[in-house]
Amino acid sequence: MHNPKNIIQKIWEQHVVHQEEGKPDLLYIDLHLVHEVTSPQAFEGLRLNGRKVRRPELTFATMDHNIPTRQRQVINDPISKKQVDTLQQNCEEFGITLADIHHPDNGIVHVIGPELGLTQPGKTIVCGDSHTSTHGAFGALAFGIGTSEVEHVLATQTLWQAPPKTMNVKVNGKLGTGVTAKDLILAIIGKFGVRFGTGYVIEYTGEAIRGFSMEERMTVCNMSIEGGARAGLISPDETTVEYLRGRKHVPQGEAFEEAAAHWKALATDEGATYDTVVEIDAAEVEPQVTWGTNPGMCIPVTANVPSPDETDKPSEKDEIVRALEYMGLQAGQPISDVKIDHVFIGSCTNSRLSDLRKAAEIIRGKKVNPSVTAIVVPGSFSVKLSAEKEGLDQVFKDAGFEWRDAGCSMCLGMNDDIIPSGERCASTSNRNFEGRQGKGARTHLVSPEMAAAAAIAGHFVDVRKFTAQEVG
Amino acid sequence: MEPLRTLQGLVCPLNRTNVDTDQIIPKQFLKRIERSGFGQFLFYNWRFDDDGNPNPDFPLNQPQYKGASILVAGENFGCGSSREHAPWAIQDFGFKVIIAPSYADIFKNNTVKNGILAIQASDEQVQTIMKKAETEGYSLTINLEEQKVYDNEGFQFQFDIAPYPKEMLLNGWDEIGVTLTYEDKIEQYELTHK
Ligand code: SF4
Repeated sequence: MHNPKNIIQKIWEQHVVHQEEGKPDLLYIDLHLVHEVTSPQAFEGLRLNGRKVRRPELTFATMDHNIPTRQRQVINDPISKKQVDTLQQNCEEFGITLADIHHPDNGIVHVIGPELGLTQPGKTIVCGDSHTSTHGAFGALAFGIGTSEVEHVLATQTLWQAPPKTMNVKVNGKLGTGVTAKDLILAIIGKFGVRFGTGYVIEYTGEAIRGFSMEERMTVCNMSIEGGARAGLISPDETTVEYLRGRKHVPQGEAFEEAAAHWKALATDEGATYDTVVEIDAAEVEPQVTWGTNPGMCIPVTANVPSPDETDKPSEKDEIVRALEYMGLQAGQPISDVKIDHVFIGSCTNSRLSDLRKAAEIIRGKKVNPSVTAIVVPGSFSVKLSAEKEGLDQVFKDAGFEWRDAGCSMCLGMNDDIIPSGERCASTSNRNFEGRQGKGARTHLVSPEMAAAAAIAGHFVDVRKFTAQEVG
Repeated sequence: MEPLRTLQGLVCPLNRTNVDTDQIIPKQFLKRIERSGFGQFLFYNWRFDDDGNPNPDFPLNQPQYKGASILVAGENFGCGSSREHAPWAIQDFGFKVIIAPSYADIFKNNTVKNGILAIQASDEQVQTIMKKAETEGYSLTINLEEQKVYDNEGFQFQFDIAPYPKEMLLNGWDEIGVTLTYEDKIEQYELTHK
């Protein structure tokens, strides 16, 4: 093929509005997702300068970070309430569609975009949220931006962006039984580090990725940012097209077939190159548990907590010592011995229907360990309803899980779902930073299956052996 | 945005790597709808204990670094969430320049939009500054036009910065205002990309 290109280069070229020497490219933005936390100052900026939203119809808003999950209608915290009300007023004033707290389309911004078919291959998508990389699963160039950039996109529908370097993360072979997309992305970050993707857009390729459902692809792309990459994407294929068919915001009928042909043509050309290529062998990946205070600090569930002596670099030694102290762990201790107090199944990484189904399979007919408090927070209103239709809510409730309403919830604890200081949580979310789930809270990132198994056992267990073993 | 050309200021060391934006400004302070007033919450969980008392070991609490305008930190500063509340807090606290071996992409973008200069230095240069900053009253001079950092003891280095952020910082531009002068190009694009 003449001058083969990767998908990142193709999407970029299609969106350049203007290029000039000494400046980044002026890039057109096709979809701008907005939520309540990172937008109020942007709208205020527009008002102060007498500016309008250039393309309100390319802008879509939801409220998710502050939303209570017990009684979603009542926000007790007056500051949270003000933030939510402010978004409502801003959307009215500037003519932006909002899936508010009562709307059936409401949910976590990165769950509803794909669900509604707003997310489509080839689009440039931004949101004032670093996990915007999730939408890359569809072959969109999707990345998080700050509030000044939110204001810039509202006013101009563009951003000044230097062309990124491109990286191919090639996943060879297939994952073993009981090993999930979450384990894969954790293992990738564990292997290459929390800054390997800085300055890059990643394309995930290889047999394992091709075999993934859209939901599994979203889990992988979601955590690109934890490896430092602003965006991570996957070339569209039949799986992408079939997921999107019939969704609310995609073209229908004949027009859909046309769009689908166009989408598939975006896939990386045979023979295209990247600035960097890294590879990982899927068969080697085991179920992962993070032991420390960033997502790169992860180990297989069969391993022991690492020791500061394993590195010669003083800054890394310090980091391990600090992390062990914060997490209340001993070097050399088997991670599977570590007892937990909480389980959180939710967040834009792992709160979709398939995640809930897989977790439910693990716990069906079993009981949550008496020392564990476990909650399930579906990613959207629609996920919640679908799960209830299948009776998943009953499976969780019978086992002793709390079944909550949709939202970000315990992923960052901006609502009242917070882990108390010193307590330990097995969480399906994406960040185990200090204080993420509450000041002093200890977060261990795992897959939904691993979280479910830990809830029953009261400590981490290898989910591959879990069903065979008697636990109480 | 205020232009930033040269600055002489006290240096505060924060000798930690992978400082994430959840540490720079914890989530409980993201609920405000204003841009101002975040400085009081900067590094809150590190600066204050559970009862809200200042932690005397944390550099920002030590009297010798009071009034510092240059923050020096380890690799991958500002990783994690895209919250611009992080640079707002850093700026509101009084910092105008950050020096580190590397930054997270979104954070670095956010600094430019707020008139903060995030200088990328080598590991060695950063460690030298960390050491020197243990001495009370250690200050550095930054000259953005010449892309130079120096002290009055003969230590100095040049740093790289892309032309566009440099121009933005030097002039204190309102980026949206600049972009709107390209409105005809945006319209053109919209007409040809239906
Ligand atoms: S679920 Fe967590 S990571 Fe995802 S958007 Fe909400 S707060 Fe951010």
